[in-house]
Amino acid sequence: MAHGPAKGLTRWLYTTNHKDIGSMYLWFSFAMFFLGGIFALVIRAELFQPGLQIVEPNFFNQMTTMHGLVMVFGAVMPAFVGLANWMVPLMIGAPDMALPRMNNWSFWILPFAFAMLSSTLFMTGGAPNFGWTFYAPLSTTYAPPSVTFFIFAIHIMGASSIMGAINIIATILNMRAPGMTLMKMPMFVWTWLITAFLLIAVMPVLAGAVTMMLMDIHFGTSFFDAAGGGDPVLFQHVFWFFGHPEVYIMILPAFGIVSAIIPTFARKPLFGYSSMVYATAAIAILSFVVWAHHMFTVGMPIAGELFFMWATMLISVPTGVKIFNWVATMFKGSMTFETPMLFSIAFVILFTIGGFSGVMLAIAPADFQYHDTYFVVAHFHYVLVPGAIFSITAGVYYWLPKWSGRMYNETMGKVHFWLAFIGLNVTFFPMHFSGLAGMPRRIPDYNMMFADWNMISSVGAVLFGAAQLVFLYNVISTILSGKKATDEVWDNPEGLEWTVPSPAPYHTFTEPPAIK
Amino acid sequence: MLKTARRLCAWMLGFTCLLAAGGALAEEVERWKFNMTPGVTPISQNVYSLHMQIFWWCVAIGVVVFGIMFVSMFLHRKSRGVKPANFHESTLLELLWTAIPFAILIMMGIPASKTLIDLYDTEKSEVDVLITGYQWSWKYEILGEDVSFFSKLTTPTDQIEGHASKGVNYLLEVDEPLVLPVNKKIRFLVTANDVIHSWWVPAFAVKRDAIPGFINDAWAVITEPGIYRGQCAELCGKDHGFMPVVVEAKSEADYQAWLAEKKAAAAAIAELTEKPFTFDELYAKGEEVYSRSCAACHLAGGQGVPGVFPALKDSPVALGDINHHIDVVVNGVAGTAMQAFGEQLSEVDIAAVVTYERTAWDNNMGDLAQPIDIYNHKQGK
Ligand code: HEC
Ligand code: HEM
Ligand SMILES: [Cu+2]
Ligand SMILES: [Cu+2]
Repeated sequence: MAHGPAKGLTRWLYTTNHKDIGSMYLWFSFAMFFLGGIFALVIRAELFQPGLQIVEPNFFNQMTTMHGLVMVFGAVMPAFVGLANWMVPLMIGAPDMALPRMNNWSFWILPFAFAMLSSTLFMTGGAPNFGWTFYAPLSTTYAPPSVTFFIFAIHIMGASSIMGAINIIATILNMRAPGMTLMKMPMFVWTWLITAFLLIAVMPVLAGAVTMMLMDIHFGTSFFDAAGGGDPVLFQHVFWFFGHPEVYIMILPAFGIVSAIIPTFARKPLFGYSSMVYATAAIAILSFVVWAHHMFTVGMPIAGELFFMWATMLISVPTGVKIFNWVATMFKGSMTFETPMLFSIAFVILFTIGGFSGVMLAIAPADFQYHDTYFVVAHFHYVLVPGAIFSITAGVYYWLPKWSGRMYNETMGKVHFWLAFIGLNVTFFPMHFSGLAGMPRRIPDYNMMFADWNMISSVGAVLFGAAQLVFLYNVISTILSGKKATDEVWDNPEGLEWTVPSPAPYHTFTEPPAIK
Repeated sequence: MLKTARRLCAWMLGFTCLLAAGGALAEEVERWKFNMTPGVTPISQNVYSLHMQIFWWCVAIGVVVFGIMFVSMFLHRKSRGVKPANFHESTLLELLWTAIPFAILIMMGIPASKTLIDLYDTEKSEVDVLITGYQWSWKYEILGEDVSFFSKLTTPTDQIEGHASKGVNYLLEVDEPLVLPVNKKIRFLVTANDVIHSWWVPAFAVKRDAIPGFINDAWAVITEPGIYRGQCAELCGKDHGFMPVVVEAKSEADYQAWLAEKKAAAAAIAELTEKPFTFDELYAKGEEVYSRSCAACHLAGGQGVPGVFPALKDSPVALGDINHHIDVVVNGVAGTAMQAFGEQLSEVDIAAVVTYERTAWDNNMGDLAQPIDIYNHKQGK
């Protein structure tokens, strides 16, 4: 049986191995992270000082749109799917994913989707310029012709996500090693199981939204066109019915990752495992009834406003429970601060700050002032960058020795961490201030009263970008020439993944492991 | 990209100098402003106090949570030889840290709900203003007063492109501000003509999405005379960053005087419709109207933006039948960004801009439209 991987390029094209596919997802996401980062730097360069210096306003809008889309659909989501591919079978003692051929397909359609999306930058009329939220009618009647390609790209990304989600559910529900009951599963597996259900529930809604757009643009319908009896607000309801669960799709697996890392480096079991599971489920369920908190200013009836305000405030309770549990896990532990732990601690602190601004945004009357300003940009970057990106980074440092069999350079890891940590705060903290001072988001130019904060943000962005180059270098040099890692890698970590050799052999758990 | 990189380097160097030289700006613009304005309406002050309350709650929770974290990061580290404890469950704790945040939220939710209900109470207004968002200007109509006008950005391109030094109200200045009386309940009815915009004046805590086909409402009682500035707060296309809102709050007497002045000006313009103009008069005026109202899309040289906004230079419309040309400008092209200018511009302005477009940029048609032609066109003749 012990046959290794095929040779050459076709290994990657035809592979059905969860480890190969996981690696491809991760590299793809890394590439998209840099692409989205370049777009962000164009935005920050233009905003370095007042006046139009580098780009035209229309191109600026294309940059914000592409940055948002590439980061959300290209960097964060594929990274989590990649981690799930690698780790879920290893964590539950399964030989591979349940549906390996579909696994291959769900990865390989992604590069095409993003090639199509990126190609719109070179089309007449330019790339999509209506924001990653693509509100109609700006994205329909008033859109550049490339919007059709955008719609197809979204469809493909959606199909990929749905296939990935089905695969993960099928794997977790059917392929656990005997004795691995649901309440024994690692948190990462739990959070991904719940995330996968969210994906299956909402990706079709997104597909519906873009299909209605397609019909409005090419087939004379008026779903979102008021002149034809349609309703532009309907678009926003449909979009955010997808969009709000989507933000949890980007954070629940992150909860799972730090729930694996913090206990290892605190040398103490995760505090409140079952309450963590219930809190995750509660967040997922509540995430379906809070969508209109993105729409407090569209003129909903007062009853709707009140409902969505209270529901949103409610969702912060289970989120708080998770944070308190992590803190309690650290309390009275015996902590060391290797790179994965540093990123995880930064995750807990900075995600909490993002949570604070989230609670502020939930106060509907105050949201009338915050909405669509840089305060919101600060908020969602505090939950996405230290939330999603830091947890992914932490996961990569944590599991890279298992994947590659080699240890990363700890000093360089720490340099990466501190550069990223400082860069991130210098970039995004001032955005709270510019937002409160009244700077709207998605503008290429602004009054001098916002100039100082913007200049600081732009400097921070360059720092943050530089930090990621350190990361890239560290990962590559580890794979090529890191020193050998032990099978356990860390000090007595918990989980089946540490029972297999480093690097993890091409096939693992062909015989199910015994679960105590 | 190279250019960008070089610029970035230059800026990095200039950064320190700029911070030092910043003093010159400081006298004119408020800098380092970091908090929400309490504003000048009862609602805006309530909103501000909600904002500060919830902020201090967050600070308090942060101090506790981060405090415990930092203490344990300091005390409970392996390098101090600590042996880890092994506790991993406590129902009491779980209940506590569910219940306490819950209680805090209820304490915040009640005043927030009250303010929200108040904010929605637009009944019994004394002045009604209909606000319509256009790409990229605001139209204001004082209902019942027969006063209606457009309000557009006046910041010159020179300042935006950095050829001239920027004024204090850079990007926050308009040709005709909305004038309102103080101490009266004003109701804003907000809608849009093309895409979604959002009318926002921070000092009033009024932000209402302007949505085509819908009319939203909001209200304010302005307690202090003054000039209040805001911006569009919903991405509405290319010039989203360039459609400010300026409101001037005046005493009742001054407000009445302004209304009278507006009405007189409208009458004077109506009179001009009858008057024939020479080609040169129309052409000169047309150039000005064009740069104000059309150049945002069709560009100053008439070359347009390929695939988005058609060129008017050598355009079949500008070189074709003048009646069709007038029709496009007056009625717009349904379902495109080309809006109906019939109600945005006066007859004189439309006649002028059509005349201009037909001869400028080597279109060389040399014919002209008179205001009366536009008037007749609008009447369907
Ligand atoms: C918001 C952007 C915008 C503004 C402002 C604008 N236009 Fe247009 N204009 C368009 C678009 C888009 C079209 C193409 C409509 C179509 O698809 O037929 C157009 C078409 C035209 C045409 C027909 C050109 C042709 O070859 O089909 C004329 C003439 C014209 N505009 C004149 C004007 C004038 C005069 C003004 C200023 C008073 C103006 N436009 C302002 C967007 C704009
Ligand atoms: C390199 C670090 C980053 C920088 C400097 C950065 C910068 C920015 C800026 C300045 C904006 C606001 C644009 C505007 O409103 O005018 C923005 C928007 C956005 N960013 Fe980032 N960003 C970074 C990383 C990320 C990441 C990692 C994600 C997602 C996981 C992300 C998701 C978004 C989204 C969704 C938007 C909204 C786009 C829109 O307005 O349509 N960003 N970013
Ligand atoms: Cu949401
Ligand atoms: Cu706008």
